[in-house]
Amino acid sequence: MKTEGKKRVWEDYQKEIAEDHYYFQRSCIRQNFFPGSETAFLKILTGELGRDIMDDPHHTTCTGIGYHADIVPFDTTMTVVARHFALMTENGYENMIISCVTSFGIYTEILETWKHFPEVLARARRYLKKATGREFNIPKNVTHASDIIYKFKDQIAAKAKYRLINQQTGEPLKVVEHIGCHYSKMFPSWGVGGAEFPYVLQGMVESWGGEVIDYPERRHCCGFGFRQYIVRANRGYSVANSKKKFESMKPYKPDFVVCNCPGCTMFMDKWQYTISEMEGKTYDEYGFGIPVLTYEEMAGLVLGYDPWELGLQMHQVQSEPLLDKMGIPYDPAEKYKTASGKTFRLPAEPTSLKVCV
Amino acid sequence: MGKYLDALKKDVRFVEGMKSCMNCGVCTAICPAASFYNYDPRLIVNTVQTHDEEKIEQLLKDDIIWYCGQCMSCKTRCPRGNAPGLIICALRKLSQDTGLFAESEKGRQQLAVKRTVGDNILKIGYCVFPDTVIPEKHPEQGPVWEWIYEHRADIMSKFGANYKGRFGALRKIDDKDLAELKSIFDVSGGSDLYNKVEKYSSRKAKEMHMHLDETNDCEYVTHVMDYNSNTHSKE
Repeated sequence: MKTEGKKRVWEDYQKEIAEDHYYFQRSCIRQNFFPGSETAFLKILTGELGRDIMDDPHHTTCTGIGYHADIVPFDTTMTVVARHFALMTENGYENMIISCVTSFGIYTEILETWKHFPEVLARARRYLKKATGREFNIPKNVTHASDIIYKFKDQIAAKAKYRLINQQTGEPLKVVEHIGCHYSKMFPSWGVGGAEFPYVLQGMVESWGGEVIDYPERRHCCGFGFRQYIVRANRGYSVANSKKKFESMKPYKPDFVVCNCPGCTMFMDKWQYTISEMEGKTYDEYGFGIPVLTYEEMAGLVLGYDPWELGLQMHQVQSEPLLDKMGIPYDPAEKYKTASGKTFRLPAEPTSLKVCV
Repeated sequence: MGKYLDALKKDVRFVEGMKSCMNCGVCTAICPAASFYNYDPRLIVNTVQTHDEEKIEQLLKDDIIWYCGQCMSCKTRCPRGNAPGLIICALRKLSQDTGLFAESEKGRQQLAVKRTVGDNILKIGYCVFPDTVIPEKHPEQGPVWEWIYEHRADIMSKFGANYKGRFGALRKIDDKDLAELKSIFDVSGGSDLYNKVEKYSSRKAKEMHMHLDETNDCEYVTHVMDYNSNTHSKE
């Protein structure tokens, strides 16, 4: 009876995730710092799962970083989002996938605002019509890209070539899962597991053989802080908050970190480098740092995709120790080659953080 | 009601975020900004709910409203359904509309935000693009980014991006789409906010006897981007 009760309660923490036919909204940060993840997302959806997804070149930034750094007003951001809904509508789609967690938070904020303040929705329609002549339907289903991978996690597990298991010990890999604040802290019902039990990444990790670490600062923000990073004078805020997390997770000896938010993925990687330069400190046992992956990079490794095509070398903390643990073969000679086979001067080596060249 | 409170009540985020604060301090306990800065979001909410116009004006001129990182963890945790983060969004908007942002060190930084992310949005259609993350300005990005930046046209395609192409990741946003974006900014108040930030910053630069022009290397932009009085953090 108790189990049945828990199952019933857990049902309240689920969200609807559309089955097929999606309009894709790309992320500024992901395109910039790890474009291989969006490429892998599309490859998994179309190639592995046979789904239909439209990658429309006419959408722009949602303005999200500008909005949360307070330089773009709410009305402007909502009208840019309304334009994206118009593009979706014009192309015959009803389900939207958002690649970025900042964007996802903005879409949820706008949709919730429109639900409670119909006059604001009317204003969005008026502004969009005046500015572009366009009209829009509200999507039937709005999901973050990680929701989609979560939905199909067991199908991915069935195709797995590698699992999140340490091949030397046979033990599950210990994983820090970090969920972007704007995924479900603002509007809990929009996230799998809500704000209290966000399960979107944990579900993937467990399905693919790993084990999630529950450490004290698990739900603390990565420290992006928008204006706290954009403005150079404020960056201490950003690195200090990431450091708080690293200090908290270190005793649990994580094999890697996985994030669903572009900013978090980038900052938890780059701040490890910064801290190593500032203090000579790293957060793994051997001085290589803790690799920070996107969920598509994690899924891609499980599916047997080439790590260098996924773009793992674009992170500052390198992933070879993780690849070795998972038993994934890789060719060091291919790591820094371009698509046309060129090799440029290799990246310089950091002062303290060890890298595999 | 006074002019500031009336203006705040027109912002839907203020209406949603400001219900009734009982000063429990849970927002401050969960706040990443409060763990770093000398900062207590509870005090902002409490000040606003006094409806005291002078005190609200003081907030609009103060560094205190610029410490929040908008993670919105406070929204999840407030037992009364307030959202200090949303109240701060409304205060920051009003501070820029009235020009009072230029009276504080952290507020003046809005020009740096406008000149970087703000201008990127209208010029290229992205908040951030590889060309804009210049390694000298971003030492925290490390040597791998330096390597990517230097060879970006060659490197990005290996990962499926189409740098400055017509479709896919890192495509060049079409001029027609950029024109629609600009038109949206003109109609919905975005361009107006950019203009106000420039106008009030220009006034402040003169007052501070600093040179401000349209470049990002000029004295005033460099100052607001880099200056830190080191009076903000807990230590």
